[in-house]
Amino acid sequence: MGELEMEKHVRYILTIEKKKDDFVSLVIEHLRINGAYWGLTTLDLLGKIETIDQDEVVSWVMKCQDESGGFAGNIGHDPHILYTLSAVQILALLDKLDVLDIDKVSNYVAGLQNEDGSFSGDIWGEVDTRFSYIAICCLSILRRLEKINVEKAVDFVVRCKNLDGGFGSTPGGESHAGQIFCCVGALALTGSLHHIDRDLLGWWLCERQVKSGGLNGRPEKLPDVCYSWWVLSSLVMIDRVHWIDKEKLARFILDCQDKENGGISDRPDDAVDVFHTYFGVAGLSLLEYPGVKAIDPAYALPVDVVNKIIFKK
Amino acid sequence: MDSDEDERIPFSQRPEWSDIKPVPQDDGPNPVVPIAYHEDFRETMDYFRAVYLADERTPRSLRLTSEAIAMNAGNYTVWHFRRLILETLNTDLHEEFDFIENIAKSNSKNYQIWHHRRWVAEKMGTEATNMELKFTRKILSLDAKNYHAWSHRQWVLQALGGWEDELDYCLQLLEEDIYNNSAWNQRYFVITRSPLLGGLPAMRESEVRYTIEVILLNPDNESPWRYLRGLYKGDAEALVGDPQVSCLCMKVLSVRGNTFALNLLLDLLCHGLQPNGELKSVVEGLTNSESDSIDPSLAIKVCSLLETLDPMRSNYWAWRKVTLPSHTKAI
Repeated sequence: MGELEMEKHVRYILTIEKKKDDFVSLVIEHLRINGAYWGLTTLDLLGKIETIDQDEVVSWVMKCQDESGGFAGNIGHDPHILYTLSAVQILALLDKLDVLDIDKVSNYVAGLQNEDGSFSGDIWGEVDTRFSYIAICCLSILRRLEKINVEKAVDFVVRCKNLDGGFGSTPGGESHAGQIFCCVGALALTGSLHHIDRDLLGWWLCERQVKSGGLNGRPEKLPDVCYSWWVLSSLVMIDRVHWIDKEKLARFILDCQDKENGGISDRPDDAVDVFHTYFGVAGLSLLEYPGVKAIDPAYALPVDVVNKIIFKK
Repeated sequence: MDSDEDERIPFSQRPEWSDIKPVPQDDGPNPVVPIAYHEDFRETMDYFRAVYLADERTPRSLRLTSEAIAMNAGNYTVWHFRRLILETLNTDLHEEFDFIENIAKSNSKNYQIWHHRRWVAEKMGTEATNMELKFTRKILSLDAKNYHAWSHRQWVLQALGGWEDELDYCLQLLEEDIYNNSAWNQRYFVITRSPLLGGLPAMRESEVRYTIEVILLNPDNESPWRYLRGLYKGDAEALVGDPQVSCLCMKVLSVRGNTFALNLLLDLLCHGLQPNGELKSVVEGLTNSESDSIDPSLAIKVCSLLETLDPMRSNYWAWRKVTLPSHTKAI
């Protein structure tokens, strides 16, 4: 299987966006700020965040802010809670939260809470437990959780719990590892993990490991490196990560590397992208792979960043 | 759409757009992540930005958003503006459904499309019920696990109704693929939430029968095992007290070792099941190591079997073994 090709992954991230005539970069224009978060967090986990011009990033991020206080995926686009979290995470990562008008951003996020405690993604009202996590994570980083009705927010997440111990996007929605991460994260950040049956959910999550060692997101689906993050972080948050075969999972992630040009793909021999590169490296971080910085499973930021921002250590 | 994909006429050469000055994307002075744009896409977006900034809600702007969405259905700002135009122009929403269906063909996992579809259906109300159920059926016939389609369908049922055939639909999908966890989830959704079926208490008996039948045909299928437990949700006493459940475990295990059957049996034992001699001998039959036969406890034997059968999760089973309630150690 070989080792984690750290230097190649760093080089891949630094050069990925410079490729010309790349259709992928064209269609992700509107979610560029997510891409920036994935890339920058990966660089930090690999200890190379200083290789980028931080002031330039900060000034670009701030140009994505809308007058509502929310952030767009790129300059001139409409704000959405998805992009607002990425913006806040990037600024936290670079220790530049002081450039924000914290109340303005947190008012935007708090304004998206609905009567039943759920959150909408933007003014058009799409509801999803992803947005509950995003709102809670965002406000936790900004230390403004008191701006929302936390009790109702927690109630809504709990209403999305299923018979298998997992969570879906809305009440009754099928359990899905990505949604489970969001719900467990939201409950962890609000000190509400007692709503989870840890043993039941832990068993469902560890059943996601398939023969190849990789993790899938739902029963009978193919394994994908992104679940190395969604499943693993959830298992860490409920303290059940020792129930899976960590060594086999690490081997699966390492098998998904492009060993020549860097980057990590969803499955062995597929094309790499920045999204899976982040999830692969973040997964290895949770597996305590040597040389990769520790990541916080709930904030999805390096532990030293969380300590500095949240706990003022 | 205004033009054929093969023979697209640039906006700069279309007379009806001659009054518009395109606005290029502002990537900032030194873009962090510079993006290479396709020429057609760039031009379309430049004109889009122009009408968007001018807030021009006209039929031509609507057509322009169609073109922009066809090129990139993920751009939520374009969708956002399209809704504003639709609202302003009071457009016939039936046409909008056709447009969405066309786009959805190649983008069935795009959040924006589904959200837009729901917005249109919500505006139309119950008139849209059958259309939406049919539309999601069509998408699910291509990918029976499409999460967006299922979410949309659940929303339709709850907001607009149409529950009548839903249990049959679940049955049909399960007949096509008995491993389809989404269909199992929908089945649970229907029996617990349909206003027509009387809820879980009324449905339990027939559902237990169906599920047991299915498990006996495919004991390695994770979903029905979980479904079966769900039918006794929060009522461990009923689960342990139903002889069909322990009998199912025994039948499956009398053929060969199976992690789901052993795991359910383990839970039954933990919740107070008193195993009969037949069940004990079936488990004995699966145990071949000497160390296990020395230990008298059935629950410990089951844990040891699971550790061997499922080595990837051996830590989980080892944990189950050390946390067994004391009453299980005497049986």
